[in-house]
Amino acid sequence: MRMIKTLLAATAVTAVLSGAAYAKTLVYCSEGSPEGFDPAPYTSGTTFDASSKPLYNRLVEFKRGTSEVIPGLAESWDVSSDGLEYTFHLRSGVKFHTTSYFTPTRDFNADDVIYSFERQRLADGPWFEYTSGISWEYFNGMSMPDLIKGVEKVDDMTVKFVLNRPEAPMVANMAMDFASILSAEYADQLEAAGTMEMMNQQPIGTGPFNFVAYQQDAAIRYSAHPDYWGGKQPVDDLVFAITTDAAVRTQKLLAGECHVMPYPAPADIDSLKANADINVLEQQGLNVGYLAYNTQQAPFDNANVRKALNSAINKQAILDAVFQGSGVAAKNPIPPTMWSYNDAIEDDAFDPEAAKAALAAEGVTDLSMKIWAMPVQRPYNPNARRMAEVIQADFANIGVDVEIISYEWGEYLSRSKDLDRDGAVLLGWTGDNGDPDNFLAVLLGCDAVGGGNRAQWCNEEFDALIQKAKTVSDVAERTALYEEAQVVFKREAPWATIAHSVVFMPMAANVSGYVMDPLGGHWFDGVDIAE
Amino acid sequence: MFRFILNKLALIIPTFIGITIVAFAFVRVLPGDPILLLAGERGVDPERYQQLLVQFGYDRPIWVQYFDYLWGLFQGDFGNSISTKRPVLGEFLTLFPATLELSFFAIIFATSLGIPAGIIAAVRRGSIFDQLTMGVALTGYSMPIFWWGLLLIILFSGTLGWTPVSGRISLLYFFPAVTGFMTIDSWLSGQAGAFRSAVSHLILPTIVLGTIPLAVIARQTRSAMLEVLGEDYVRTARAKGLSPRRVIGLHALRNALIPVITTIGLQVGVLMAGAILTETIFSWPGIGKWMVDSISRRDYPVVQGGLVLIAGIVMMVNLIVDLLYGLINPRIRHQ
Repeated sequence: MRMIKTLLAATAVTAVLSGAAYAKTLVYCSEGSPEGFDPAPYTSGTTFDASSKPLYNRLVEFKRGTSEVIPGLAESWDVSSDGLEYTFHLRSGVKFHTTSYFTPTRDFNADDVIYSFERQRLADGPWFEYTSGISWEYFNGMSMPDLIKGVEKVDDMTVKFVLNRPEAPMVANMAMDFASILSAEYADQLEAAGTMEMMNQQPIGTGPFNFVAYQQDAAIRYSAHPDYWGGKQPVDDLVFAITTDAAVRTQKLLAGECHVMPYPAPADIDSLKANADINVLEQQGLNVGYLAYNTQQAPFDNANVRKALNSAINKQAILDAVFQGSGVAAKNPIPPTMWSYNDAIEDDAFDPEAAKAALAAEGVTDLSMKIWAMPVQRPYNPNARRMAEVIQADFANIGVDVEIISYEWGEYLSRSKDLDRDGAVLLGWTGDNGDPDNFLAVLLGCDAVGGGNRAQWCNEEFDALIQKAKTVSDVAERTALYEEAQVVFKREAPWATIAHSVVFMPMAANVSGYVMDPLGGHWFDGVDIAE
Repeated sequence: MFRFILNKLALIIPTFIGITIVAFAFVRVLPGDPILLLAGERGVDPERYQQLLVQFGYDRPIWVQYFDYLWGLFQGDFGNSISTKRPVLGEFLTLFPATLELSFFAIIFATSLGIPAGIIAAVRRGSIFDQLTMGVALTGYSMPIFWWGLLLIILFSGTLGWTPVSGRISLLYFFPAVTGFMTIDSWLSGQAGAFRSAVSHLILPTIVLGTIPLAVIARQTRSAMLEVLGEDYVRTARAKGLSPRRVIGLHALRNALIPVITTIGLQVGVLMAGAILTETIFSWPGIGKWMVDSISRRDYPVVQGGLVLIAGIVMMVNLIVDLLYGLINPRIRHQ
């Protein structure tokens, strides 16, 4: 606190001396350096926090604190009856940032939308590879090149996306970071000057904050966008103080060198909660950690065997030993914060005796199997090795012998896709767009076998439900389909669903207005600091 | 002397080529594919994987990649970072002053404390001071840097509030980088309190980074002094009736310093290694932290470029030390 007081006092003195108004600065101790300031070429949350969130807007946005889609730069949208045309009606009077390197001459319009998407889509366009080695991984990863047939300007304030097939999650995709809207006018200016790479270093957007400066690996400075369409921010300046080590971030927060920090070390959470000067917000992350059996290999091709093994896993022991309080047991493949989560489903009871009997009833005796443990830490699984050991002990109780194996991360991801993979794999997923399709189709659909579907599980009943849900745009109807799909999933048990993580966000007690994002992003619009 | 310099220079070229081979091979021997890591759980389809391989140039035979790389190096082109897409050399030059500044203060700290401590320990051999100094030096040498740094932060920044936790300067101050050295730039900026803030941010990282060199220098000075103090010319000087101060300061120290200078020169390598951890703890935006981040992302161009540049610097410093050694010790250059 005292550093911030000194800082504020000194700022006040400087402000008075220079005759300027008093500046309110919010300091965020971020966990890493952004790779660039154009969000579309990147996939990491650290980069999105520093680029798409403070600097840009999208056609639609996620309502803060939820994965519900609300209007953004588009005030409304229509979907054609065949689900192939999405028409967005744009908001008028939206101003781009005015900075030392760019002064806009016009407001936001359809050209900006077309530029922002076509640069990722058209391989022969000048912006497709505007700086050496650039590629559009999220745009590709969400299958947008196959999905989008064309982007058309209907008039200055209307844009139409034409699709190759109906895709209900399309609107949610438009709220993702890669769909941030950049300025076409700024792009033209850079192209004319021959400095296209500056798009990634000196960004211009319509977002709540202007870019001021990036001191590499040290700090990023923003100031509030005075003409922001959503109103000027309560703080004047926003600073990201890049602090990679979690223990050091905690010390900086305690010393008052920053107001908000992400990702505290689990060991520090209790003491932070006990500190009266600190508020610790918490929320379940939009993720799931699971153990995927290879359902194409005996005896794991038998749903009864899989269910027997699932009921031998003591999830509470895993939550205690691996998550240390920062997780909740998972019963469905999608997290509870996601719409269509089927809370009526009952989890398999932990019952080793029944599990043993069920295995015997299926004629499975002296079973030996492998469990793959990831070599890296992930929000949905902070310590896969430890998790594998707990499951190993649980399975030993029912007479199943487990060997734990691991590979280097890239290798692990690639080998675990093999159809003839030997063993069950520990892995997980963090949602991209808050749409259930982003979990259920990507991780369990028939098309994803040999890819993201690590259980190699293709169930006709399940697949028909999720395929149908893709083509309907009515949310209530989609919800019913996904709820039913979760029932099929539970009955067939291609995975043991293990846990969803809980994310903690410590901040100084005088910070108000911060809302946690279930999608894992960090947003500072609407955040204020009391004096 | 000319021949001596020529000999030393002749060794530099094959060593440098060797370093480029090691750096190039090292990042490729590391398990992990940059494209798969980039894709993460989302994965990448085989067709796209091939496209990216071609785009990054990893589809070509390894020796073609190497010679391309070497040719680029001779033209000053270290390639572009896979993650930031910016030129490696540009990033290095932006960040290197931070590492240099920290290393400079660390070596000043280590030398100014290490040499006097070593001298006193040698002169009072066997005394409590000697045993204490050598005990502390041994502890300092064996201390894990990460733990030591965190301990100092918790005590001095957290509990006592005397020093800032991390960073190079308070966020209150913002001025353009002129030299890249924060102490100089903050002075030039003319902003009240900026210089003081820069210095206060240097204290803890300097101590942490300087601890191992301090221990090494103190021990080296002590043993060199002990050896020299037993020499005939020191006994003669004492017999002449010179004051102990003159005997130690003039006759013994000058000779004892020769191996100490080499030791100080060799600490440059130690500093570079120590900078990796020190910078990570103190969020110090230098090349150590840059390398760690790049290794975890398998950013080949940055890792190999960083290795070559750091090794090049260590080699240059060693060359200068060798030359200096030849200059102050005639026996070496006449061998």
